[in-house]
Amino acid sequence: MIATVGFYVFAVILLASATMVVTARNPVHSVLFLILAFFNAAALFLLAGAEFLALILVIVYVGAVAVLFLFVVMMLDVNFAEMREGLQRYAPVGLVVGLILLSELALVLGGWHFAPGAIELRMVPTPRGLTNTAALGAILYTRYILLFQIAGLILLVAMIGAIVLTLRDRRAVRRQTIAVQNARQPADTVAMVKVPLGAGISEIAVLNRPAPAEADPEAMHGGSHARLHAAERH
Amino acid sequence: MNFLFHTIAGGIILAFLKALALLVPLLIGVAYLTYAERKVLAAMQLRKGPNVVGTFGLLQPFADAIKLLMKETIIPAGANRLLFILAPILTFGLAILAWAVIPVNNGWANANINVGILYLFAISSLGVYGVIIAGWASNSKYAFLGALRSAAQMVSYEVAMGFVIVSVLLCAGSLNLNDIVLAQRNVWFFIPLFPMFVVFFISALAETNRSPFDLPEGESEIVAGFMVEYSSMPYALFFMGEYASMFLMSALMTILFLGGWLSPLPFAPFTWLPGPLWFLIKILLCLFVFLWVRATFPRYRYDQLMRLGWKVFLPLSLGWLVLTAGVLIATGWLPHVS
Repeated sequence: MIATVGFYVFAVILLASATMVVTARNPVHSVLFLILAFFNAAALFLLAGAEFLALILVIVYVGAVAVLFLFVVMMLDVNFAEMREGLQRYAPVGLVVGLILLSELALVLGGWHFAPGAIELRMVPTPRGLTNTAALGAILYTRYILLFQIAGLILLVAMIGAIVLTLRDRRAVRRQTIAVQNARQPADTVAMVKVPLGAGISEIAVLNRPAPAEADPEAMHGGSHARLHAAERH
Repeated sequence: MNFLFHTIAGGIILAFLKALALLVPLLIGVAYLTYAERKVLAAMQLRKGPNVVGTFGLLQPFADAIKLLMKETIIPAGANRLLFILAPILTFGLAILAWAVIPVNNGWANANINVGILYLFAISSLGVYGVIIAGWASNSKYAFLGALRSAAQMVSYEVAMGFVIVSVLLCAGSLNLNDIVLAQRNVWFFIPLFPMFVVFFISALAETNRSPFDLPEGESEIVAGFMVEYSSMPYALFFMGEYASMFLMSALMTILFLGGWLSPLPFAPFTWLPGPLWFLIKILLCLFVFLWVRATFPRYRYDQLMRLGWKVFLPLSLGWLVLTAGVLIATGWLPHVS
């Protein structure tokens, strides 16, 4: 009984928030409604006994994808009045696309029937004594391992493609090499100098022989200090 | 008693009481964590810390809370009122919500679900919304900058954290938190997986926006980050949410690596202490390290933070995951699920 009530509550909220996604005036509100829709879909999965899928939906879509959506939408400088204008102009096109999709769905649904034994299988979605996760893993990593790996490769290619498209070689940026930074010793950078009265530090440094560190380009930034250090040792 | 155990209304009341039995100690713990932080920092900096309100300053957290409640709640004129109020509630609510699945002793969890660790991961990945929504709804540039930093930081460190969790799962053979702890009866996972323990701890610092990764609220650069515009109760909620999530991360570390409620050695003098007490001791130990780190390290620069997450922790945890899987397969130690 509670499950039925739960189903209707979540389904109604899901549909309502899905409607709000396309009708909300503020795009940030749209994304937030989209997140609400994801949550309710996860709740429906839970009611169907698919706890693994429910939580993966929350982790992947709400925890990662929607964060990026929200990020982008918040950064955009959206002109609301202009968007209203666009709605008038693009409504016919959208309507046509929607109609085509709807008729395709109708065609698919018209020719669709349950596989033999599907109803019996739905009674026990996971084999007896196995948790949801174990059952999914047992089938995904054995019978469908090839498809699973191909799906992973496609995602990898998409990721590399995105990186290649956005990678720029910006020469002006000065980067810190952490290894070099960590390898610096106090002796390379700090020098204790006993300055005689009337003689400046620079004069001492010039008077003494150049430090061997000067030949080493790695230590260039510490060059003058190294020379001072040599002066002190002298 | 029969009423509690045999009727629907009784079940609801029982669930409520169980939740309360966990939440009240948690909230008191959060209050005293603020006190402990000030005392520990003071001790490390050779100061006295709060010592005026009550004996040893023990009433200081309540004095702070009452002071915050008495202040006026200010909502900026340009703010999105609904989301502005929603953000702190979300942050605090999520930090509390995650405790539903934490087992305090063998079988002592409010909800002992099969996918407990995924639930925790999902809840902790939602924490970023409180921050982003707060930053955007405040309609202030500092708040927004803080929110952007925080979002990038939390998303980055979650990746490494996920791989660490997966390598623990490989060793435990279950997603159930209770089973993960029981799998550590012979050896706690922080011994074989020590590098992952370190990675997890540092990622936890980044996830909870703690020093040295407290860039989202870096007070010397962007005032207080996403919290600039908040005052009074909403601010208190953010504050308590941060400390509650510190507690949560410590509990998670205890469960994944430090053997949960198990005693360090399974014989007499150690087993005299009850399980929940061991659990608490381990959590407090982790929290002390959180505070110790804050007193020790300066804040990271933003590019260093990103480098550490993506270029160090991600390859390291991924490599260690492959290594763990390889060792488990080669030695036949892989726990088999029936």
